[in-house]
Amino acid sequence: MNIVVCVKQVPDTAAERKLKPSDATLDRASVDGLINELDEYAIEEGLLIAEAQRAAGHDAAVTILTMGPEKAAESIRKALSMGADQAVHLLDDGLAGSDALSTSYALAQVLKQTGFDLVITGSESTDARMGVMAAMLAERLGVPQVSLASKVEIDGSAIRIRRASEDGYFEVESTLPAVVSVVEKINEPRYPSFKGIMAAKKKPVQTMSLADAGIDATLVGLAGASTEVVDFAQRPPRQAGTIVKDEGDGGVKVAEFLAAQKFI
Amino acid sequence: MAEILVLAEHVDDDVKKVTLELITLARRFGETAVVWTGPGADQAQPRLAEYGAARVYVAADSVFDDYVVAPAAELLAQLVREKSPALVLLAGTAQGKEVAGRLAVKIDSGVLTDAVDLQPSDDGPVAEQSIFGGGTTVHSRVRQGTPIVAMRPNAVAPEPEAGAAEISQVSLASEAAGAKVTSRVVAERSERPDLTEASIVVSGGRGTGGTEGFGVIEQLADAMGAAVGASRAVTDAGWYPHQFQVGQTGKTVSPQLYMAIGISGAIQHRAGMQTSKTIIAVNKDPEAPIFELADFGVVGDLFKVVPQLLDEISKRK
Repeated sequence: MNIVVCVKQVPDTAAERKLKPSDATLDRASVDGLINELDEYAIEEGLLIAEAQRAAGHDAAVTILTMGPEKAAESIRKALSMGADQAVHLLDDGLAGSDALSTSYALAQVLKQTGFDLVITGSESTDARMGVMAAMLAERLGVPQVSLASKVEIDGSAIRIRRASEDGYFEVESTLPAVVSVVEKINEPRYPSFKGIMAAKKKPVQTMSLADAGIDATLVGLAGASTEVVDFAQRPPRQAGTIVKDEGDGGVKVAEFLAAQKFI
Repeated sequence: MAEILVLAEHVDDDVKKVTLELITLARRFGETAVVWTGPGADQAQPRLAEYGAARVYVAADSVFDDYVVAPAAELLAQLVREKSPALVLLAGTAQGKEVAGRLAVKIDSGVLTDAVDLQPSDDGPVAEQSIFGGGTTVHSRVRQGTPIVAMRPNAVAPEPEAGAAEISQVSLASEAAGAKVTSRVVAERSERPDLTEASIVVSGGRGTGGTEGFGVIEQLADAMGAAVGASRAVTDAGWYPHQFQVGQTGKTVSPQLYMAIGISGAIQHRAGMQTSKTIIAVNKDPEAPIFELADFGVVGDLFKVVPQLLDEISKRK
């Protein structure tokens, strides 16, 4: 089974993240990058599925697919040290500033080359937070979308997932190949072992340019984006509120505030 | 006047509040045409009319319940081709955003998600988004195709205005199947409002100390007619179900009033609630970052402050 996990390197959510004044794109250079936390669940799920396939006597390989600048190689390395077998790094200056629509196009072009039985993504990235990539990839690749999975079961060429909904869940099934997105809580991502870290250094990482992947350069990057930022500003800090120490009347004080604001 | 397509979110004939918000918003841009998938449109029609929908396109086919996301996106794409709307509005729920994403690919148009406001301009609708955990405000627009915008629930207040809500039946021209729904399990449905739609949210954090301590959060929520939220520390520890997590990896809420009880306010949590209109915090640590956001804060023991607050609320009723 050919499993491809899409991984995005994002700025550390604990760092101060900014847009660049010059072109209103994310300043990726000034902060530490790491694997999008929600993609770690996708990697883990890919590894678990591959392990189960192998245990049942089938071949299975997990390929990490990343689009991003040179720095994104750090995230690829981490994913490989968790246990993925190989990686494809879509790396081209022409991709900088791509929006979701162009990113899905670029990734789909690569996926057509790698082939896949299962594409796995996280539920969203912690930087852009759009939550559209799995849906867009399924649409582009013309395969079923089995997304927001909190549980995945593979049975031959059938896939069944538990799809998280607003107030419960659905059981959803389709055939492979398919695009899956997973939600946090589906599993507990493993930490790379020392052995894994050493082994990762020898695993193949294929770098692809736009030309390698057959991507039309006019459809990606900032110029090819279908959306644009008009302006942006740091949100002014909230006006300092009133903070009081509880002197035995804290609850009364909250009630007074709520009443003054007509909440009670 | 150009049409604005609004994809309705509903449970049978029960129109979700976010749908009324979208209809209200759509009126800024043109004639509102609600797109209704699945059953319930006839019963819901008066409600849609009350908020100013001019038209309702109804596709009652069971395919919309049997398959996720793909059929709704296909129907919208078909209507975009037939009606040439100026804008397509969807709810910024997980499912709404997925439909928006697929639609964007189908009609090769730009998509914006999690907008907290949308205003007309000479260059088309301009969306306001609050990014990086609310630290930066961005205005963006779509510059290719028909703008598709997924609005964060609670972005605008629903305002009634009489509309005809004239129903016309439509059907899906092509097959759009994909992933089939084999069963639906609705978690214990509480009487409380939906977390993402509620005007008041009461959230509890690590300070509640456990499942038992978290009970006080539920009591306060019920006294306030609020939804219950929880920090990641609480859901990770299993003190409260995961679907109630507010934060970067959970739900994003934007209520009129957010009460953070026993929550320190780590960036992970702030990302999910920072755009709340009014914020109240109760925490025993005076250095807790949540106090930087709070309009009103009490430094103290939540197990003393909240019970007293509950007494006060019942006295005032």
